[in-house]
Amino acid sequence: MILDGLLPVLISVALALLVIGAVRRVSLWRAGQPESVNIVAGLLAMPRRYLVDLHHVVERDKYMSNTHVATGGGFVLSMALIVLVHLFGVDSQWLAWALLAATALMFVGAVFVYKRRQSPPSRLSKGPWMRLPKSLLVFAATFFVVTLPAAGVIPAEAGGWLLAVILLAGIVYGLGEMLFGMGWGGPMKHAFAGALHLAFHRRAERFGGGRSTGLKPVDLGADILGVDKPRGFKWNQLLGFDACVQCGRCEAVCPAFAAGQPLNPKKLIQDMVVGLAGGTDSRYAGSPYPGKDVGNARGGPDQVITEGLVNPETLWSCTTCRACVEECPMMIEHVDAIVDMRRFLTLEKGNTPNKGAETLDNLIATDNPNGFAPGSRMNWAADQNLRLMSDVKEADVLFWVSDGAFDMRSQRILRAFVKLLKTANVDFAVLGDEERDSGDVARRLGDDATFQSLAKRNIETLRKYKFNRIVTTDPHAFHVLKNEYKDFYPQGEGNYEVYHHTTFINELVKASALRLDLYKGGAVTYHDPCYLGRYNGEYDSPRELLAELGIELAEMERSGFRSRCCGGGGGAPITDIPGERRIADMRMEDVKATGAELVAVGCQQCTAMLEGVVEPRPEVKDIAEIVVECLVEEVH
Amino acid sequence: MQPEARNENLNPTGIKVVSLISIGQHPQSGRARRAEQDARAVELGLNLVGTGLELLHAGEGDETVMRSYLGMGLPKMTLLKQRDHCDALPVLAEYLARKVPDLVLTGVRAESGEASGMLPFLLGEKLGWPVINRIAAIGEVVDGEVEVLQALPRGQRRAIKVRLPFIASVDMAAEAPRQSAYGPGRRAAIDANATDGVVDAVRTGWQESPARKKPKRLKVVKAKTAADRFKAATAKPQGGGGKVMKNESATEQAQAVLDMLVEEGVIR
Ligand code: SF4
Ligand code: SF4
Repeated sequence: MILDGLLPVLISVALALLVIGAVRRVSLWRAGQPESVNIVAGLLAMPRRYLVDLHHVVERDKYMSNTHVATGGGFVLSMALIVLVHLFGVDSQWLAWALLAATALMFVGAVFVYKRRQSPPSRLSKGPWMRLPKSLLVFAATFFVVTLPAAGVIPAEAGGWLLAVILLAGIVYGLGEMLFGMGWGGPMKHAFAGALHLAFHRRAERFGGGRSTGLKPVDLGADILGVDKPRGFKWNQLLGFDACVQCGRCEAVCPAFAAGQPLNPKKLIQDMVVGLAGGTDSRYAGSPYPGKDVGNARGGPDQVITEGLVNPETLWSCTTCRACVEECPMMIEHVDAIVDMRRFLTLEKGNTPNKGAETLDNLIATDNPNGFAPGSRMNWAADQNLRLMSDVKEADVLFWVSDGAFDMRSQRILRAFVKLLKTANVDFAVLGDEERDSGDVARRLGDDATFQSLAKRNIETLRKYKFNRIVTTDPHAFHVLKNEYKDFYPQGEGNYEVYHHTTFINELVKASALRLDLYKGGAVTYHDPCYLGRYNGEYDSPRELLAELGIELAEMERSGFRSRCCGGGGGAPITDIPGERRIADMRMEDVKATGAELVAVGCQQCTAMLEGVVEPRPEVKDIAEIVVECLVEEVH
Repeated sequence: MQPEARNENLNPTGIKVVSLISIGQHPQSGRARRAEQDARAVELGLNLVGTGLELLHAGEGDETVMRSYLGMGLPKMTLLKQRDHCDALPVLAEYLARKVPDLVLTGVRAESGEASGMLPFLLGEKLGWPVINRIAAIGEVVDGEVEVLQALPRGQRRAIKVRLPFIASVDMAAEAPRQSAYGPGRRAAIDANATDGVVDAVRTGWQESPARKKPKRLKVVKAKTAADRFKAATAKPQGGGGKVMKNESATEQAQAVLDMLVEEGVIR
């Protein structure tokens, strides 16, 4: 065919442009801070991470996962064969037939992409992404036709000038989108950046069914604390931002976005891309931050992010619920990025909004967020006769009371749990006034200095005593004790087990240490606390426990790993960024939709947030309280 | 000590302001902290002259506390190093007499130690400068004069024109201090100057113990409506005996004050 001479040239040029673009892109990422990753192991693990871990997430949308396998797989295969057949001119009918099959597969996939794009859900970005399905179709169709002669289906000289020109246009357009676009920031960039992001992910423990949710400590001796400019991120974080496919799944689940607060995790990641590459957000074609127009953000690798690229309010709207991270098919770490930038605002700028500064000052001066006298931490238990670790030195279970000790509503939960512990004859003790705030709120507010100070002093206290496990009713303390204190323990220490009280009570019930009646009451639903569920994967114990009581849960549409935040995490009630709705109200709507009369929770913060919703509304109770109601007390 | 010997060529931005900072004490935990009034004084100073403000402390200079003041955005401070039981007054007075700033800001009283609230007055006496008590805000400096707002009870304010230099103690009514940022605070420099501190002999003999609440006389308010109760709660104490002298000459006013002090036995 006429194209025979031209085709290898075009392919070579496109490949060369891809390489140049890729090198440039890599240099943008490398502008970030150093972070050591195992390059070889990462690259070797990449296919598995893609096929297993990434697809595990993508599969939640069956339509899209099949579509992507066909399109993506078809493209990778096509491209390899195109190089063999059309660039190197390997003369093999087998290869040509394989290429025909690959392009056909890609075409079928692209048809489904095209159909999805007919009336795209609002979470999807438009702009160049609307062009992509057409480009995929053109690429697949063109190379299918171009390969026909090589497969011996039609004679080489078939078709006239007209066809040749059409095919030439198709080749240029297809290669332009697929190869040039990949290296130069088109939608196909995601394939290249995404693959490398999987290979060099900052939390490699997430792959293979693992979990990695603890925040990374700040080096308090560094010149700049937190992330001020795009350059301040680790290089593989920048790479991660670049992998975003603008699918908007994060946006669809973000409670702050739904509440009309000025946060959209997808836009945030895209703004990071603007920052790392330099420029404005005028080409962004997705949903904006609620209430903020697109087109005014401007940034560059060396420009301070909060001066023109991202409004601090956006960063402070986040509840750190991790719903976005959980949903992101590209395994991007939004929460890490948000907290990194908050760290700069708090530790360098002294600019934590609303009650933030006061809370942090209280934590520094009194070890609790509300500035209560540290010596009154045990007042709630004046009638409980609890054993203190400082007296007994040793116990099977250390009951971590948390700051709920200062709050009257939370004290009811604490009392209920103590009653269960006593009934089951658990050998337990508390730290009493030696306990301090776990540091959770300080850390999420960006004050890693205060977090580290609290953590270190708590660890010092914990190291004095002997116990087998820690149990707490507060999922935030649970998460911090379990996942974030490790970094501050001396090597080889801190190997205690941490239990959330629902897990612990469930064990007690299974071991028949508690005799329970059936629950008498109306329909019940269960709200998964973010820091118990998504942060620590505990979805089952609370449900098993409720089932023990004969409760058949009326599950909310968003439950389990898709649970919607109550709005109480990440210091959000403290920074209190205004929106159009309250997150807690939306969650209560979810509860009401199930027809439940009672919502069971496992967190004092969730209890406070949900009970803050105006009545009439379903009742809110901690699981410990529900279990105590069903307790059969033996009369001695 | 000789204000007239100073450079009178003041311009609004060129004035030298020193803010005295002390070790605060949290009322609940008793832990050392940034003192609330001193922090307000620093805030006032920052708004007046920016980072040109000089922070000054006499004592051992608890590092965390010093850095929490510095974290408000100051690159450095001066520490007159002496043992904590030494009297702060002589070293401060000596230093200020040497540096001759235009304005010295302090809190009304310290949160720990003697906390007598006398320091600004004693300093004023030593330097021969006027002292303005309990200010809430400072206006612009015009021709070496500045208008300050003095905080009076129940949210009242009195505008006073004062000629520099002077000492002002800052009331809780002043603007709340900005948040202290850890990073800049940690990087700021503390210029420590050794001093030969004078041991506060009186104070060494003291014993500190937690304060007990004084019993309060119950005020029986026979009010029928909420409005009455509100009035009763906010009404000025009916002292009666006071006298407002506005039109009399300064000599007459001064005489009246002197008479009163003699009458009350303050001056004998
Ligand atoms: S960040 Fe992840 S979930 Fe959000 S739009 Fe990008 S790829 Fe999709
Ligand atoms: S963590 Fe939650 S609130 Fe924050 S951006 Fe993600 S989804 Fe939104």
